[in-house]
Amino acid sequence: MDLSRRGFIKLTGAGLAASSLGALGFGLAGTALAASVRPFKLTAATETRNTCTYCSVACGILIYSQGDRAKNVRSSVIHIEGDPDHPVNRGTLCPKGAGLLDIVRAPGRLTVPKYRAAGATEWTEVSWDFALDRVATLMKQDRDANFIAKNVAGTTVNRWTSTGMLAASAASNEAAYVTFKWARSLGMVTFDNQARV
Amino acid sequence: MTNTWQDIKNANVVLVMGGNAAEAHPCGFKWVIEAKIENKAKLVVVDPRFTRTASVADIYAPIRPGTDIAFLSGVIRYLLENDAIQHDYVRAYTNASLIVKDGFAFEDGLFSGYNEEKRSYDKSTWDYELDEQGYAKVDDTWQHPRCVMNLLKKHIDRYTPEMVSRICGTPQDKYLEICKLIATTAEPAKALTSLFALGWTQHSIGAQNIRTMAMVQLLLGNIGVAGGGMNALRGHSNIQGLTDIGLLSASLPGYMNMPKDGEVTFDKYMETKLFKPLRPGQTSFWQNYRKFFVSFQKAMFGAAAKAENDWAYDWLPKLDVDGYDILRAFEMMNNGQMNGYICQGFNPMQAFPDRGKIRRGLSKLKYLVVMDPLDTETANFWQDYGPQNPSKPEDIQTEVFQLPTTCFAEENGTLVNSARWLQWHWKAADAPGQAKTDLWIIAGLYNRMKTMYAREGGAFPDALLNLTWNYADPHEPEPEEVSKEMNGRALADVADPATGAPLLKAGQQLDAFAQLRDDGTTMSGCWIFAGSFTDKGNMTARRDASDPREAGIAPNWAWAWPANRRILYNRASANPEGKAWNPGKPVIEWNGSKWVGVDVPDYGPTVKPSDGVGPFIMNAEGVGRLFARTMMNEGPFPEHYEPFESPSENVLHPKVKSNPAARVFASDRAQMGVSSDFPYVGTTYRLTEHFHYWTKHALINAILQPEEFVEIGEVLAKEKGIEQGAWVKVSSKRGQVICKAFVTKRIKPLMVDGKPTHVIGCPIHWGFTGVARKGYGANTLTPSVGDANTNTPEFKAFLLNIEKTSPPPAIDVAQGPRNGPQKKGGSL
Repeated sequence: MDLSRRGFIKLTGAGLAASSLGALGFGLAGTALAASVRPFKLTAATETRNTCTYCSVACGILIYSQGDRAKNVRSSVIHIEGDPDHPVNRGTLCPKGAGLLDIVRAPGRLTVPKYRAAGATEWTEVSWDFALDRVATLMKQDRDANFIAKNVAGTTVNRWTSTGMLAASAASNEAAYVTFKWARSLGMVTFDNQARV
Repeated sequence: MTNTWQDIKNANVVLVMGGNAAEAHPCGFKWVIEAKIENKAKLVVVDPRFTRTASVADIYAPIRPGTDIAFLSGVIRYLLENDAIQHDYVRAYTNASLIVKDGFAFEDGLFSGYNEEKRSYDKSTWDYELDEQGYAKVDDTWQHPRCVMNLLKKHIDRYTPEMVSRICGTPQDKYLEICKLIATTAEPAKALTSLFALGWTQHSIGAQNIRTMAMVQLLLGNIGVAGGGMNALRGHSNIQGLTDIGLLSASLPGYMNMPKDGEVTFDKYMETKLFKPLRPGQTSFWQNYRKFFVSFQKAMFGAAAKAENDWAYDWLPKLDVDGYDILRAFEMMNNGQMNGYICQGFNPMQAFPDRGKIRRGLSKLKYLVVMDPLDTETANFWQDYGPQNPSKPEDIQTEVFQLPTTCFAEENGTLVNSARWLQWHWKAADAPGQAKTDLWIIAGLYNRMKTMYAREGGAFPDALLNLTWNYADPHEPEPEEVSKEMNGRALADVADPATGAPLLKAGQQLDAFAQLRDDGTTMSGCWIFAGSFTDKGNMTARRDASDPREAGIAPNWAWAWPANRRILYNRASANPEGKAWNPGKPVIEWNGSKWVGVDVPDYGPTVKPSDGVGPFIMNAEGVGRLFARTMMNEGPFPEHYEPFESPSENVLHPKVKSNPAARVFASDRAQMGVSSDFPYVGTTYRLTEHFHYWTKHALINAILQPEEFVEIGEVLAKEKGIEQGAWVKVSSKRGQVICKAFVTKRIKPLMVDGKPTHVIGCPIHWGFTGVARKGYGANTLTPSVGDANTNTPEFKAFLLNIEKTSPPPAIDVAQGPRNGPQKKGGSL
């Protein structure tokens, strides 16, 4: 039997209500009581294996989210705990990791692209198309004006120094690799990550 | 890390120096406690502060920030003087016997070949004397005056216990107690593990701090063994992965190097890459460099990379300097040499030294793009937040874009942990609002620029237009597709070169990097990841926690690079005959026909012990280096240099005070303070309740540690009339922080060269966004100078002054910019 952790909770929860109360002789009253008890919030949640986003111990975590991943359901995280099967953290989390739910749902999470024009005193909410079109245009203008195809010795060097990039320290390898391909194919050399700090 | 987190439990001695694992890596530190309980291990902590790691140590010793090389060189001297080294290991597995060129010298703080004007060395004498066949000369008897062992003895002879104590401020008795304990692991069956972090890297001599410890470990025979190794406890969830994939100025994926201007052709580039073995019969792994490189170019440019165009070698940018690292980038920005900057999940306003310089630099840009899940200081650098970020927005002409991204809970993919494990993680929820994945955003920019270049032309479009982008949805590549691309696959049928037997069919995912070819028949985006996503499936998604013999390996949990190997250099866990040094904890052993054990051999699987191939197969000499040859910029042996801001003279060589090979920009040198104005030693650190500058956005962490403070000892507090919780003004030459003082017994004055030296601890976590109170950020104070090899900034040792001050007005600690509409005030 392929028993998931969530299934296990469901089974034992139901079993407890049915058997122990029943065994104490409450009979039908016990069944009624069991039906009125609010079920464990996690029994209705979807459990997902993930990795803590902070340090490089990379503790295994279990994320519980509402929503069953049906097409029109938007899921949201309701609980995060340590993965007891993980060989390093074995279910434990530190004061940072134990607060992961608060970073996922932080008031400072960004939800809309914003733009600040030169000299402006405020942010303006913009569409993704506006933001990406404008960034791509600015990058191309700068690249076309400042790209160095050959150095003074006449060697082909194909580098672009006047726009730079700092790459993420918590993004996945896959995001990192696609970022690498894009940045280097433009000739970008002022390119670094958080390894130094 | 050379070893795994769980393997720490196999240690007999755990040395935590240059880190504070109990607070910064608490769940990893549990394995230290396991070692203490189950393996009767002793824990040694050397740190300027009595940290929570120190509170469970068997021996704790204080040390002045920035003097670790002096301490560890003293340890080496102790080991050699007391003959506490693992002789057979040192003789067979290190370069102790190799003979160095005549002409190599060290005098008055400088090695041979120094050029003062360039602040760099001509390293030609820093190498072995070679015989007629081009092999390094050897003296196994260690009689030759220029064998590495004798040069080392001479070099470290100055680091007597008295000298160590004079430089470091560590009491001699504590220091000698630690030397004695470390020396016990010279016994072949005993191991010491070194756990370190930014406490060693963030110095102008950071790389040499780590090298000195690696030398201690080689002398003790502790590299490659269970419970041993050099274990860098990395700070971010995927900083190892970003480094592996080469997102650093001078890197390509898999630790290959970016081409330089002088490497005008592919052949010229390859000349310096194919290390020729320096000992007879030695395997030199980098001899396969060409296969890794050609397969990488095939991954980048597909059919457009071919033999006729040198595999599109010219399409990669070339470097005219060692690297465009972060310090150089902000120097260029301040000089008006940069127009655009993109910060992807990175907050330089908090993370980089000399915050004023960072703010001025960003103000000079034409455009700044910030991709982040959170509202960062960098994105808001132009707003007026009062004394923590004074600004006149109308004067700043930078266009700023703030692009909302997903976080870990909202995406699939792999992260590489400190022990090099690639662990797949699964999406648990949808992103808030319009937040998008980095893959979607980068693809959006790529597609737009590609369209523009194809339509309008422009500067050198070839590399961009020919970039491989054959994803099912070009607007948002699936992580699985990208993961497979990094692993690599055969582009044509590949045969075994020896037998001609078919090895791979076209299209087949590679099982291992040994299958890579340099004729264009294979591709791999990052050769060290080959084997992570094969035709058998996604190896990084494996979740079998079983661990044979409870060795601390768990070989079927996720996947480790390279080749799912968990302990690097594990051939050195066995003696030259192939038997484990520690029979109780063997890693791999020779069974008569092959190497077998709990881990994947870091060695030819059927190479016989009698062949005498050295265990360090990435090195041309096959052995660990006590003498680094030309690999380090400031010398082949480590030497104590003072931090660039230091209250002490360099008592070893007063004329050469600080790292002579570190690059210092004139504008930064002008911003260095002296001890007559700033008499105290500052050092930055992290609290266990916070992660960098992120968790000030998380309510629970903001409640636990709500506001900025500095930590000072009771003696200094009394001297300066600062009571517990008083407001203080902390200043360096570069700026000032007004915050509360936390007076503790954890920092005590150190007697350095006869003078009491006070240390001020500066936690780094506060800024002007988030739900915690506003702070100035410790980087307001720190100097803009870096390590001579890596340019990691010197955050751990600089000069400060501290004075008591009056409490600031309430608005200075509340949230919200002063320009535009006021947000709700500080909630705490």
